[in-house]
Amino acid sequence: MARGPRQLEGTIVAKALAAALPGVVTASNDEWVEVAPDRVEEALRWLRDSEEFDAVQLSNLTSVDRHDRFEVVYHLQSLDLNHQIAVKAILTDHEDPILPSAYPVYKGALLQEREVFDLMGIRFANHPDLRRLLLWEGFPGHPLRKDWMGMVGDHTPGLARFPYEDKSAPDRLMNEDNLVEHGEALSAQSERNTQSAPHGQGH
Amino acid sequence: MTTAEPFVLNIGPQHPSTHGVFRLRVVMDGEIIRDLDMIVGYLHRSMEKLAEERTYTQNIPFTDRADYLAAMTGNLGLAIAAERLTGVEAPERAEYLRVIFAELQRIASHAMANGTLISDAGAWQTPLLYMFREREKILDLFEMTCGARLTTNYMRIGGVSFEPPAEFWPALQELLDELPERTQEYADLLLDNEIFLARTRNVGIISPEDAINGSLSGPALRGSGVPWDLRKAEPYCVYDRFDFDIPVGTVGDVYDRFMVKMEEVKQSVRIIQQAVDQIPPGPHKNDIPLALRPEPGEIYSRVESPRGEIGFYLVSDGTPAPYRFHLRSPALINLSLLRELGEGSSLPDAVVTLGSIDIVLGEIDR
Repeated sequence: MARGPRQLEGTIVAKALAAALPGVVTASNDEWVEVAPDRVEEALRWLRDSEEFDAVQLSNLTSVDRHDRFEVVYHLQSLDLNHQIAVKAILTDHEDPILPSAYPVYKGALLQEREVFDLMGIRFANHPDLRRLLLWEGFPGHPLRKDWMGMVGDHTPGLARFPYEDKSAPDRLMNEDNLVEHGEALSAQSERNTQSAPHGQGH
Repeated sequence: MTTAEPFVLNIGPQHPSTHGVFRLRVVMDGEIIRDLDMIVGYLHRSMEKLAEERTYTQNIPFTDRADYLAAMTGNLGLAIAAERLTGVEAPERAEYLRVIFAELQRIASHAMANGTLISDAGAWQTPLLYMFREREKILDLFEMTCGARLTTNYMRIGGVSFEPPAEFWPALQELLDELPERTQEYADLLLDNEIFLARTRNVGIISPEDAINGSLSGPALRGSGVPWDLRKAEPYCVYDRFDFDIPVGTVGDVYDRFMVKMEEVKQSVRIIQQAVDQIPPGPHKNDIPLALRPEPGEIYSRVESPRGEIGFYLVSDGTPAPYRFHLRSPALINLSLLRELGEGSSLPDAVVTLGSIDIVLGEIDR
């Protein structure tokens, strides 16, 4: 199990959190504590205000697509006590995931939640300004989802499957055969031009 | 009868004061900003999605192109994150080389940041070119070591890519000897300048509470008086072996953020000098397998880049490519408070405030 150098064990955080807010903690392990998604805001607020954990700063907020569920990951830190806490919320609804925004607790969630909404398609209730951040309005889908197909045909993103690497694709100049054909076509055309030029002058 | 209606002003995406392809949409009421919206994403290259198809080592060049003014610290952040995930270690000499190059990069980046800030404040280009003088020498040092000036791709998982050549060390020493004098020269030129002080003092004030709650990091956080630096708080490489201070501001205005960067250049010179004096002989990298297959698991690891906490959240599913790759961008997250700061201020003040936060669009958009 990999943990940051100053990261607290999730089980320690879980014990205190479960004692203060019954029913909030759903699971925990060495690394992180898992909280009920609908009570995320409450849990973060308690961790921020508690003297024991003093998690005054939201260091990082991101998300992971696990095919059947989403994980929203919060990395909190205390500057005075110099430790880090990882909190996770698991969203089982893969069609329309939604959970409360952390913005009322941490202003630093403003742009990070917009990014998660943009790229992963998770909505945050009570976010003051939930719009796409990096992509434009009307972009089809949310590209960081594992099932996202943004390219024409059956291509999924990734170098090995880019269409221009497909030697059988007929319409690509990168294809060596096509380059030859293209060159032949050009020379044939210039031949026609030279033949027709004196003929044209005759008129 | 005349009425004054608010009007919308577009700044950018191509504008010198936005430091890249960054667009500000400002609602003005006379001279006062009523609302401010930032539009980013013009440089979005879907780095995080592409990274899921590449090995950890193949992803290092992406970090060059994220924060292109501080490629070394980006490289370092990913190398350390991957090392913590896989359990690979770097030799001691490599750790010293990492510190030397990361601190050189910090000096180069701060020179750029402060130079462009002075440009924003009205001293068009001349101070910027003074700052570029030192940056040029640092980039020359990068070039003689790894062949590249901006996209260095220097740090590796388990070490660094090249040992610096013999001519590197005298050139570095010469630079270290002249840097304190040069920084004093900038201070003499600028800090008595009435216009510069009028444009930066008590402008764009961020309180320490807001800075912490708004997830600010780096000089933007320290300018507000919070002594938080990952090189001290969570020492990586061999930073715990060096003696240096964390400069902090008192007011939290543009001037404080500027001065923090000026002071950090001096501290970086101190660190590099100590590293040069202590660096042990030995190999510069360990042999690691071509395709690293970390155990299924995850890590969030961060280092102090010139802009703040650059973090890497890596999730492994046991294959050579990361299942999820997230780059925590300090430049983006430091903008969390921009709207609040801009509202009610004048346009010239908003421009220097943005300049003092020191954004790099490659990292914001990724």
